[in-house]
Parts: sequence; structure tokens; C-alpha cells
Amino acid sequence: MKKVLLSGNEAIARGAYEAGIQVATGYPGTPSSEILETVSRQYGKEIYAEWSTNEKVAMDAAAGAAYSGRRSMVTTKEVGMNVLADSLMYTVYTGIEAGLIVVTADDPGMFSSQSEQDNRWYARLAKLPLLEPADSQEAKDFVVQGISLSESFDTPVLLRTTMRVSHSKSVVSLGKRAEVPDKVGPFVRNQEKYVCTAMWAKKRHPVVEQRLRELAQYAESSPFNRIEWGERSLGIITSGITYTYAREVFPTASILKLGMSFPLPERLIHSFAGKVEKVLVIEELDPFLEEQIKAMQIEIVGKDVFPPCDELLPDKIYSIAVNAGFLLEEDKITTSTAPSATALPPRSPVLCPGCPHRSTFYLLNRLKVPVAGDIGCYNLGCLPPFNAQHTMGCMGASIGVLHGMAIAGVPERAVATIGDSTFFHSGMPALANMVHNQSRGVVILMDNGTTAMTGHQDNPGTAWSLHGKDVPHIEFKPLLHAMGVEKVVEVNAFDVAEVEDGLKECLDYDGPSVLITKGLCVFISRDPQLSYIVDTDTCVACGECFKLGCPAIVKSDEHNPKTGKAKASIDPTLCTGCDICRQACPTGAIHPPVQTKRSKT
Amino acid sequence: MPNRSDPSPGANEEEQDMKKIDFLVAGVGGQGTILASDILAEVGMRAGYDAKKSDVLGLAVRGGSVLSHVRWGTKVASPVNRKGRIDYLLGFEPLEALRGAEFLQPQSSALVNMQPIPPVSVSSGDDVYPTREKLEQILEAATEKVYFVEATREAVRLGSSKVMNVVMLGAFSTLLEVPIEVWEELILSRVPSKHVQLNRAAFIAGRELIQGA
Repeated sequence: MKKVLLSGNEAIARGAYEAGIQVATGYPGTPSSEILETVSRQYGKEIYAEWSTNEKVAMDAAAGAAYSGRRSMVTTKEVGMNVLADSLMYTVYTGIEAGLIVVTADDPGMFSSQSEQDNRWYARLAKLPLLEPADSQEAKDFVVQGISLSESFDTPVLLRTTMRVSHSKSVVSLGKRAEVPDKVGPFVRNQEKYVCTAMWAKKRHPVVEQRLRELAQYAESSPFNRIEWGERSLGIITSGITYTYAREVFPTASILKLGMSFPLPERLIHSFAGKVEKVLVIEELDPFLEEQIKAMQIEIVGKDVFPPCDELLPDKIYSIAVNAGFLLEEDKITTSTAPSATALPPRSPVLCPGCPHRSTFYLLNRLKVPVAGDIGCYNLGCLPPFNAQHTMGCMGASIGVLHGMAIAGVPERAVATIGDSTFFHSGMPALANMVHNQSRGVVILMDNGTTAMTGHQDNPGTAWSLHGKDVPHIEFKPLLHAMGVEKVVEVNAFDVAEVEDGLKECLDYDGPSVLITKGLCVFISRDPQLSYIVDTDTCVACGECFKLGCPAIVKSDEHNPKTGKAKASIDPTLCTGCDICRQACPTGAIHPPVQTKRSKT
Repeated sequence: MPNRSDPSPGANEEEQDMKKIDFLVAGVGGQGTILASDILAEVGMRAGYDAKKSDVLGLAVRGGSVLSHVRWGTKVASPVNRKGRIDYLLGFEPLEALRGAEFLQPQSSALVNMQPIPPVSVSSGDDVYPTREKLEQILEAATEKVYFVEATREAVRLGSSKVMNVVMLGAFSTLLEVPIEVWEELILSRVPSKHVQLNRAAFIAGRELIQGA
């Protein structure tokens, strides 16, 4: 059997291939995005894959495909699950014709998310089986076994990873693809099952409850759950990545590893707990296992010592276990004398050199207007030197929050910033609401031509899709006019004066307006220019260019003799020649090496 | 004693026939840190170890800190290293090497590329980048063997700063007992075909940085 090193996400894609999945949908979001990218790149011939407009659309499409007899998968990041949830609920009632697996990639430690929610609760809420792989081999196997579970029990299955499962790599043995038919037959008409109108859905609810009881029975002897017997003084119950941490810290303890962590195998847990002196439940984030195990009248130690916040890495488990007396301190480890990483200058993410969003945040900072922000690279506008974003909650929230400011009667002219993909994802209903309810405020639609932050995926505004085809794309101007927005101004994001004029024109408008700032993301732009230079004789060290927060603009060793302030210089390895700093410089000290002008987009 | 009739992967300490080796690769987004640590993990797999790795990056934009954990062993449990326990630190940038230094123990070895990339907090004047003397002092106090190399300078001399990561892998390959062919084959299979010559030269130049010293 061929063995390869795969990330959890690559392994899930491989699992989809081996499981005979034929349809895979999702919306990009860290740490889940590589699943569909891998499916499309490596198994595009066997599996139809698409980036859908949002997670709910992705879920409905996967459900429709599963109703039609295609094994299907939908992928989302942790918070995207909230968008998807509405559709998840009905699929549990209807069941499916072919296997359906929902993959959620959670983010303990909040490396790239706005909350640390624990999506295992969705399994309890929606009443469907939950699988938690601990490494890449399991990530692959659980997709294959999850599809079979889905078909045996006529239910969608939830597979939950965390960032450390999705983004870690480990060794995987590859298998063959299951045989699946090329074509599907006519659509099954089964209204009592697939139409969730109250009279029929009411009959489905007992089916869901009965199925859950049968799944709990299955869990008792399912290969997903296993006991690794070691010393009997300590028994650990754990799941997912935390299993690997617990194994690292407690090499000789007995462990009950739950690969299927909902519904729980009650008899197996009782039997395990009865054979060890003390039971420790180690789980990242919420007391999901803990509360259910406590309800079984089993005495355990869990969240009273292990915190519900942040990752529960081996170092943390070790020090807690030593403090709580579950582990003897190992021979004194002579740790290094190095300073803690937190004492060093941070390397915070910043807008890239050449980013089209820079001009907008530079101006918003100058105009001092309140800004409702959204999810995307442009959220970096909240950081210094811009400090030009004052709220940010979730995908598409900016426009609704802007509307809220207007109806609350905030005296200032307010602005929302939202990207092209986020606008299609969930900004459109909020803008329609502003038009319908005669609101006022400026929506800045930052159109950089891609879904940048998650890795430059396509969206309905791009002329390509995951298949790479030349696809028709939606133009914003006619779309906005059709939505009833009367004031729409489109500007070149790399022309600071044009953005400023457009912004002022929209701010003066008494009603909902949209300013489209158009400029390609520097990663997809095919138009790189030579690095600009600073003429240090002309530079007076006024510091205006530093307000652009461009990583390429650094303080030079030369100073203004009067003020003592450092003059600017430009790092030629980073500068992309976007021209924004030349326009911002009040003394004309910044210029291109030769006379080239960036072509207008 | 553990019950030997049941599978208990962690309980069989004395059955371990291969030494565990833990690595940390620290760099800046865009330096090829992840590619290098991918290769390092795969070298371990080819050399007969179980291997795992875990990357921590900031948001999905370039220019942030990148910390890659790589672990080799008979059976690796956690993909994440513990502080004060790694065997090797590869620093692609001096400040990032310092950021990973708390994972070192006195018996570790560190290989550090000394070309600084100041973060924006430094270039904007809010923070001060540690001096070279300070960097060397901290790292030398943290662990026994430290190799300071000019991998970026070497890469630029060869034609592209982009092959700095391969120069570093070349230098690092001299510290491990893995056949050179395994390294070369894996590295060259992971780079674009038109850059094979450049990367081979970078790998050899890296080896000479240590062996010629």
C-alpha cells in the first residue's frame, strides 16, 4: 500500500476520492480551504467541485446532489457552520439517497476566526453522528467510513477537524476509489420524506429520534471508538487532536479514544470508567464530552482543571496535570535561557505592498468617519496606522451594522467596508434591506477581483471558477442599479484622488450609496512595476508615507536636521510600484525609477 | 506495568528502535519555510521514521511569522513540539529564530540564517530590532551548538534569494545522518523543473557553508 505524507485537509480530499464522492461544495475559509482545492486539483476528473456563493448554498447543493443519488461532501470553516446550519437541520429530517458528509474545520486558538465556537454542539443540536479524526490517516478513513455510516443510517454525517488536524501532516496509506455509477436515474419523488412541510416533518421527527438511539447502539462496538489499555491508575477519555496530545503527555495511561463523539457509547464509557481508578476527560474548548459523561453519573475530572479557552497543547496539559497531581514532574528539564516569544517585536500581518485596499484605509483614517468592517484582508484596516474599522463581527455584517447606525440616528456619516466575495456571500440581502427601508450610509465595495484572504479563490464576480473555465461573471454596477441603489460610484483603487472624490461624493449623498473601489489583488495582478525610490534630498521626513502602513516603506538612516525625524526609504525587494505612496507624498520625493505609470484598471 | 495484550502505542518505550528527533523551523511568510519543513518531514519518512508536522501561520497574508514543527520517531503522537525539548532549530530569519528559541534545550543545535527582515513594527519605528550581537548572545546562551550562516547572501550569489530555503536545507543536511541522495531527490522533486540546476547548486552551497567552515 502506498504511503504518503498528507495534511488533514489533503487526506479528507483523498477520503472523498476513495469514498466514491462525486460532488463536493463549500465556501473558502481557514482552516478548511485546502480540502476543495485538493479535490479540484487532484481528483477533478472524478469529483465535481465548486466554490459556492456561501456555506448555505453549498449545503443545499450537496443535499440536492445526495437526494439525486450522488455521494456528496460540503466543507466549511468553523463559523461558516452557522451559515450552513439552517440547511443542515432539514437534511437530518429528510435523510438522503446517497452518502452526505459535512466537514467543519474548527479553530481552537483563533488563528483566523472571530470566535472559538465548538462545532461539536451542532451534532447534538441537529441530531446527527459526529466523527473526530486525530490525524491524517483517520481524516481520510473517517470520510470513507462516514459515507458508509451515512448510507446505513440514512443521515448526513458531521466530520469535525480542528486547525491542528487540518493543517498538520502525517503518514497516510492510500486505498482505491469505491465504484460508483456514472449516471443517476430520474429524481426520486418521495414527498413524505423530502418535503419538510409541518404535516410530513412531524412524522420524520420520531424517525430522527429512533435513528439516534440506533446510532448510540452502533457506537458501543463501532471501530471508531477504541480503548488503549495501559496503567489502570488513570483513564483518559478524549477525542480528535487532543488524543495525540494526551498520548504524548501520558505515555503509559489507559485511553478511551472516541472517534465518534456523538452519540456516545454509554456502556463502553461505563465499562472503561469502572476499570480505572480515576477518569480524566481531556478535550479542547467546551465540556462537550464532559457534560454527557457527568450525566451518566460517572465521576470525572475535566474542565475544573483544563480551561475552555485556547488550544490545549501538550505543554499546557503537562503543567496542569502536574499541578493537579495526576502526573509526577519529570526529571527537571533544563530549559533554555531564551526569552519568551511574547517579549519580542511582533510580526503582525499587514496589507501587502501593492494592496488595492491601502488607499481607502489611508483616506478613511484621514476623514475620521465611523467604519463598520467585514471579513477579509481589509479587516487589517482596523490596525495601526489606519485604525479605520470600528466594528467587525462576521461575514456580511458590515452593511447591516451600518444600517443600524443610521436608524439609531448616529450623527456622523458612516461607512461599511466589504469585499467582492463577502458581498456575494451575505452582503446583498443587507444592501437590499437598506434600499427597501430607505436607509443612508456609504457601502465601500472593495473589489480586488478575488477571494483574497483565504487563498485567492473564485467568486461570482470572477471570470473563472474552480474548474478554471471562462465563466460569465456578475458586474457590480448593473447589479447595484437593479437592486435599486441610485448612487453608485466606481473608482480606481490605485488613484488616491479619485477614491477621495468618490468617497466624499457618496458621503454627501442622502441615502444608501455604494463606492466600488476597483483594483486587482497584488497576487493576481499581472502588472508588476519596478520599485519606486525616495529622493532623500526632497524628503522632509514629514511621515505622511508611513501612514500608508506599507511594509516596503521603511525609516532610513537619514534624518531631517531640524526635526530629527527619520526620512523614508523604499525596500526594492518588497515594493511593487503601485504608485499610492507617490500620490500621498506632499513634497514629491517619491518617484518611479523611470517614467512608468500604472495602467488604470 | 501496562497490559501488553492490548495495543498501547505509547506504553512500549523500550521497544523503540529509532531515536526521536524533533525540529522547529522558524521563518517569515514568503521565505519558503513551509516547503522546507514539508521536505524535512518527508526526508524523515523516507529515512524510515514515522513523521508528523504542524505549521502555525498568522492570517493568510504574507509577511507574518511562520513556525513549523517537524517530528520524527518510531511512533509520533503529537504533531506539536514541547518547549525546552527540541533537538534542532532552523531559523530562516534571526528574529524568528529567537521566537522559536524557547523550544531549545541546552543539547540542541541551532542553524540560523543571519539576514534580518524587520517587521513593520520595527520599520515604522515602534519597536527595535535586536542587534546582531544580542541575537548571537541569546542563542548561544540558549543552546550548545549554534551555526550562524549567511544563507540569503549565498542564495543571492547563486542568482535568487528565493533558494535561501534550499541553501539552509543543504547546510542542515550535514548535521543529520540521512543519505544525501534522499535530500537531493526530495528537494529536486518539489521545485519547478526549470529551477532544478539552481536548487541543486543551492543545496551544495549550503552543505559547504557548514563543511567548509
